Order: sequence, then structure tokens, then C-alpha cells
Amino acid sequence: MDLKLLDVEPSEAERVVVDLFTGMGRDQLLPALHAVNDRVGWISQGALNHICRVLHIPPAEAYGVASFYSLFSLTERPAKVVHVCVDLACQVNGAKSLCDRLTSELGPAGAKSGWLRSPCLGVCEKAPVALAFEAGEVAAEQLLAPTTAEEVIAVAAAGPSHVDGERAEVPQAGSPGLRLLQRVGVVDPESLDDYRATGGYSALRTALLLGPSGVIREVTDAKLMGRGGAAFPTGRKWDAAARQPVRPHYLVCNADESEPGTFKDRLLMEGDPYAVIESMTIAGFAAGCSRGYLYLRGEYPRALHLLRNAIARAKERNFLGENIMGHEGFSFEIEIRRGAGAYICGEETATFNSIEGFRGEPRSKPPFPVESGLFGKPTVVNNVETLVNVPVILTEGCEAYTRIGTSGSAGPKLFCLSGNVSRPGVYEVPFGTTLGELLDLAGGVPPGRELRAVLLGGAAGGFVRPDELDLPLTMEDARAANTTLGSGVVLVLDDTADLGSFLLRIAAFFRDESCGQCVPCRIGTVRQEEAMHRLVGKRPLSTSAEDLQLLREVGQVMRDSSICGLGQTAWNAIESALDRLGYAEEAAS
Amino acid sequence: MTIVEIGLPKRLVELTLDGESVRVPEGATILDACTAKGKSIPTLCYGDTLRPANACRVCMVEVEGSRTLVPSCSRKVEPGMVVRTDSERTTHSRKLVLELLGSATDLSTTPHVDEWMSACGADPSRFGPPAPPSTDRDDRRPGEHEEPDGQTAATVRQPTKVDNPLYVRDLGKCIMCYKCVDACGDQWQNTFAISVAGRGFDSRISTEFSTPLPESACVYCGNCIEVCPTGALSFKREHDKREDGTWDEEAQTQTTTICTFCGVGCNLTLHVQDNEIVKVTSPHESTVTHGNLCIKGRFGWQHVQNR
Repeated sequence: MDLKLLDVEPSEAERVVVDLFTGMGRDQLLPALHAVNDRVGWISQGALNHICRVLHIPPAEAYGVASFYSLFSLTERPAKVVHVCVDLACQVNGAKSLCDRLTSELGPAGAKSGWLRSPCLGVCEKAPVALAFEAGEVAAEQLLAPTTAEEVIAVAAAGPSHVDGERAEVPQAGSPGLRLLQRVGVVDPESLDDYRATGGYSALRTALLLGPSGVIREVTDAKLMGRGGAAFPTGRKWDAAARQPVRPHYLVCNADESEPGTFKDRLLMEGDPYAVIESMTIAGFAAGCSRGYLYLRGEYPRALHLLRNAIARAKERNFLGENIMGHEGFSFEIEIRRGAGAYICGEETATFNSIEGFRGEPRSKPPFPVESGLFGKPTVVNNVETLVNVPVILTEGCEAYTRIGTSGSAGPKLFCLSGNVSRPGVYEVPFGTTLGELLDLAGGVPPGRELRAVLLGGAAGGFVRPDELDLPLTMEDARAANTTLGSGVVLVLDDTADLGSFLLRIAAFFRDESCGQCVPCRIGTVRQEEAMHRLVGKRPLSTSAEDLQLLREVGQVMRDSSICGLGQTAWNAIESALDRLGYAEEAAS
Repeated sequence: MTIVEIGLPKRLVELTLDGESVRVPEGATILDACTAKGKSIPTLCYGDTLRPANACRVCMVEVEGSRTLVPSCSRKVEPGMVVRTDSERTTHSRKLVLELLGSATDLSTTPHVDEWMSACGADPSRFGPPAPPSTDRDDRRPGEHEEPDGQTAATVRQPTKVDNPLYVRDLGKCIMCYKCVDACGDQWQNTFAISVAGRGFDSRISTEFSTPLPESACVYCGNCIEVCPTGALSFKREHDKREDGTWDEEAQTQTTTICTFCGVGCNLTLHVQDNEIVKVTSPHESTVTHGNLCIKGRFGWQHVQNR
């Protein structure tokens, strides 16, 4: 294939960073785009051209990839830009008035005014939040959490000072009995010695003694289920991949946590990064993988720095690399891949395309990833929280593990509490804790207010009513109650919350995040948002009853005929608000 | 002599299709089985010379045991599969997909779509009056959009792109079926002049930075136009004749011959109207071209009618 490039050359700064990718392949496209974006703040024609020359990619394809991600800009913009979260938890905590202030003082959101509206930044416990980026020789980021209009205006002008040093919010930190969160907020996340002193790497030692099939047996008997939302049995997934004769096998750790209201994986990665690395190593050992990719969303700079450090330290001490811990023949490497602002890239097959340097569009299944995944090879994909359960299982034994929780849902579970709640943050409780108990743990709604509704599972989840607080939080009880735990979102709305605006944000989110590949989702999410505006604004085309019918029909086709989970669940939360919270009657009256 | 790959003999797979038992060769798709049974399933993104893109979702059918509907164009048959092409869910899905497409896209030159719409009672106008055409579709950023008021239905209507003497790109008719991108890219032409850019409803078929075709990698083979199911891509000649009302397919004859430009021996089908060549295609079943041509075969015929 001969490349026809545009007649535009890169600047010197762009050339220098792109030249570092000389000799590499297509899968370095996303890292190369990041390198340019980090250096100059946007991707010019000359820079894209040069990336194409170096990586031998047709410019139209590279443009298609670059224009897929919201953290990249293909038009000139200043080096400094602040992303202000307007998503669910921040909306409940004043993001709208914050944005109104910014609009009047800095001008409408956009490259010129130095601030942009952002989907969920995954820091819901400190809402409202913003994330500042500054491109340069050393790119800088700063998380503003919680933030104010004054702070955003100051940072938009001066740029981020440095990566923030604040610890993540874990109200339970240091409490006895924590397993997944045992080190979070307690040990120094940079120190491998601290990690080992608190039991780190003993699980990997156990795994190496048990052998791959022994590890899979333990994880299967522990009844570990995926914590990313789909609840697939982890042991079965590992076993299916391990049995594939084709080599190599790959492991992908899905750290593209982007479901609005979800921030548990960020807390784990920031508070206990070595646990993530050790867990990936165990999974790689069990499923016969020689390489693991950690696909981290681009909005988590602190997690990125801590994980990079953890990988480097682990390598120095032979916890990664060749013949790990002296175990002859077991080699495993981990590479971090940074996402660039696309919720859909958390869908496992979209993750593969994104890593491979293609647009982050989901693939049609079958074939399933365990047969044909990343680079067409057998691949295991696990969520961060799922993986972090593995050392717990190996350390305590599968029998002890299954005694935590219920018979149908074993183990501890992390829940992300945000919205109108007194002590927001990530909470670890055994499966089976009721929703009411969890809310009590977080202090309930602020004093003097009344609970209006709880959004379980995020934008792709569903609402439950205040009279349903006795719901035990297990996979099976959630299913029986026709709702979902999803990724563990528990977003609380009290009587001051504006449910209509909240639903409009959910609709806008799916319209923004649809990849556009299939018709039901690409156009359905647009029609859903339009109909919701008519319903909430009480401006029906003819009657609200007809708009409700239209919503139901569009919802049904998205659920039945979309390619992936995004489109299939894009109607869930709105449907549950209409039916379970009675918003349908409210809107039609 | 043409060497025809006959392959290994294939086992027959038995499945149930709308209550009837069908036997088709292993590896066939549900769509193949439907075709074998004489059942017509509408398709848009499916191409007989391309790998299924699974994008348009017009051909969805119900398979017992599957949580969602499945695309018949790509799902392979399995022994014992129970498939319904006419269930309530299937009909609802087909109707809604056609309505959604019709509400956002100009389908006036899409063959058969009117029949399909009336067969399932699709009414694209119920999403509201179409929004006016926009001129900024090439510059939209992923992850943000202007807040709608719901009083009009967003569309992909936009000005037609005419930046060269051979092609017209009327992307207001584009349903994002990926066929042109696949034909231009690794499935046939290996030119990679166009790709899908942007995201979601704002995704579009584009060259790099939306540069005009003459500055792009385009080699004007016309293979993208050959596979376009909606007329979003068309030959300039055909487009102009349609515009001035002189395009008359019924009055056209088709004559298949062999291209004289080089030794490959591509089959050409000359579409002739009023004793004038108006378009050149190639038969999809031709083992030489599979429907593809190069710029010479596709467009190098003006000299024939220099009188």
C-alpha cells in the first residue's frame, strides 16, 4: 500500500515526539496521538501526516481514529484546557450553576474559552469536579475536586500546578475487615515495600504453587463473578481462554471506568496500584497470557502515574518480566494503554479495536474474546475490581471467600455512593447488604431532606424508589427486582433534585457516547433525547402520551437490535424512571 | 481456463425457519437460508462482495434462546437453530430501524425502501418535522452536541459535495453502512481514501480533515459508488441526468463486454440510454472483477461516443 500524504509538514516539536514511534506498528496510533496532544494540546494536519508516515497508516484512517476521541482536538486550541464535569453526580451538586458562571465569565464552552463540558470524570464523591490539562514538554494535569467557578477560572488562566496529591475518598479507610480496600488510604501507593509488608505478592506466590489450573479451580469454586456490570463467571472465562491452543493469549484489564457515577476502580488503582498489577499477573499466569494490557481511561492521570510507578518497581524486583519470582518459564509484561475520552471503549471488543489503533467500535459477537479477541487472539478481559478479588480468594481460600456474601453472589462488593448523600465515597460491604443499610453507612440524605430515588448501576442501570430500601444488594435479588447492580453505582437523589434535568442528562450522555456504528443506537439515542426534551419541557408534538409511546418503541428497538451493551441499555434508566418512579404520569399530567 | 475453487464437501445443517425445517450447507448465514427458502429479508449494509458490516440492523431476526435479535446477514446457522423472521419483535425492529433511518436520512434514491416501509407500516414523520440542513457536520466534535428542543428531528441533511468531475457525494443520503469504506480499503481497493470519522450521530464518511477528493488518496475507481446502497455516492453523469430529469433507467440497455485498456480482461457492463453510454459497472459475479473496476474501465469511455 502506497500512502498518499497531505502536503503539510509537522512543527519541530511535533516531529520530535512522533519520531519516537519510528519502526512501530498500527497499535501505536493512539499512543502517538496522545504524545502529540500532550506536547502541543491538539493534533494538526502536519502532526497527523507525520504520524501516518512513521506508522505507515493511511491518513483518512488515522483521521477517523483521532476524530473518535473527545480528549483530542483536530482544530487548534490553547495548551491549557479545563474539562468541567456536567454528568449525573456533578449535576446534582451544582455543576449547572458552575457552568453558567463560566459561560458568563469565560464565554461559552469551547476551545477558545479554555473550558469544555465533560462527561463523568469518575470523581463523583467530590462533585462538582473539573480536570485541567496543560500540554507542554512535560504535560501537566490537575484535578479540581471539589471545585468552584473561581478555581476553574484561575486554573484556566494559570494552568494546572501539578498532579494533585490528595488521597481518594474512602470513608471506611483503615477499618478492620476490609479486603478490597484494606490498603486504600492506609499504605503509601508508591511503595512496593509497603505493599509487601501488608501481604502483597503472597497471593502470586500461592498461585505459582497451585499452577494455572489450580488457580482457575480456586477462582471457579469461589464463584467470582465479573464486577464491571455483566457478572460473568470469571473462572469460566479464564478456563475457556486457557484451553485455546492458539498462542499468544492476551489479558486486558478494563480500567476504562466511565459509567457515570462509578469511581471504585479509580480508588483501587490510586490507593492500591500494586494489587492491580499483582492481580493481573495472577490472571495472566492462569489463562496462559504472556502480555497484559491495562486499558485506562484518559481522565485518570493520577492513576496513570501510580500504575506506571508500580509496574516499574515490580519489574525491578522481578514481579514482572521473565521467570517471575523465579518461576521458570513464566514471563509476563504489562503495558498501560491510555484511552482518550470514549465511554464505548469500555465495551470489551471496542477496547480491542482501540488498543489495535482502530476506531473504538464494538465488534459483532460471536466470536467471543476468549476465542478471538485482541489482535485476533484468545483474550481474557476483566474489570479492575474483579481482578482485585483474586488475591483475596487465593489468600483466604475459596471456601472462606464463598462464606462472604450470599449463596448466589459471593464475596465483598464495592459500591460508589454519590449524589445527595452525607458521606459520599466507595464502600466495601458483603453482597447481601441491603440498600438501606448501605445508605445508612453513608449517612443517608443530608439532614432535613427526603429521599426521592436511587439510581442503581449508573446511566445504564435503573432507579429504585424509597420504599425499596430493603432490597438486598446481590446479583440475584437485583435481577428478581428487575433492576441491576451494574458497576456498583448508588446515586442518591433527594427531594431537591430535579429529576427531569437528571433524565435529560442521561439521554444526552448516550447520544454523545454512541459510537455511531449501528442505526438503533446512533439515531435511537438522538430520538430518545428529543422526545425526553418534549416530555420534560411539556412541549409534546401532539400529546405526551404519544411521545411516551414513541420513547417505548425506540427503547425497544435499541434494546433488541443494537450491536452492544451501550445501545441495549441506553433506555434502561429512563424506562425505570417512567414506570418505577412514576415519571410517566407526572410528565403526562 | 478459470480455476474454480470447489473446496471440501460441506455438511448440511438443519434448522427451523418460521416453523419450517430447512437444510443448508454448514457455514451459511441465516440470510442464505432465508434466500434458499425464497424468503425475502430486507438488507442495506449487506453486500454480496463484501464482509458483513452488521451496521444497518434492517435484517434482524429472532433466534430462540438469544437475548437480543441477531443480524441474519452475518450470523451463521447452527444445527437445531430456531429462527423467526416474522415475529412481533422482528417486525417492530424492522419498522423502527426503517423509521429511524427515514427520519434522519434522505432515502429517495434507495431501491426497495418504499416497499419495505409500507410492508411494515413505517412512518418516519412521527419523530417530528426534519431539522434544516446543516453546514457544520464535518467539524462536529465527539462527545458534545447542541441541546435539542425536540420540536424538530435531527437529520444528516447537508449540502452535496461536488469537488471533482467524476463523483458526487450527497451525504444527506448516507446511512453509514461502511460499504464504501470497506470497498476502498482492505476488502478490495486498498486505497484507503475514505474512512468513518467522528462519533455517534455526527459520524460521517470522510477523507482526512475533510479535504476535497482531488487532494485525497482517491484513485477514482468508482468501487465505492458501486456498493453504495442509497445513492449517497453517485457518478457525476448519473447525478446530473437525475437532476435535470433525463435519467431513465427503464430506457437503458445493459451490454456486458470486456475492457480494452489492459490485459487483465475485466468485464464491463455498459449502461446505454439513447445510444449513449451513461454508466459503466461490472458484474459482481465476474471472477475477474467481483464488480470492481479501475478509473480507466469505469470512466474511460467518452472517446467511444465522440462523433
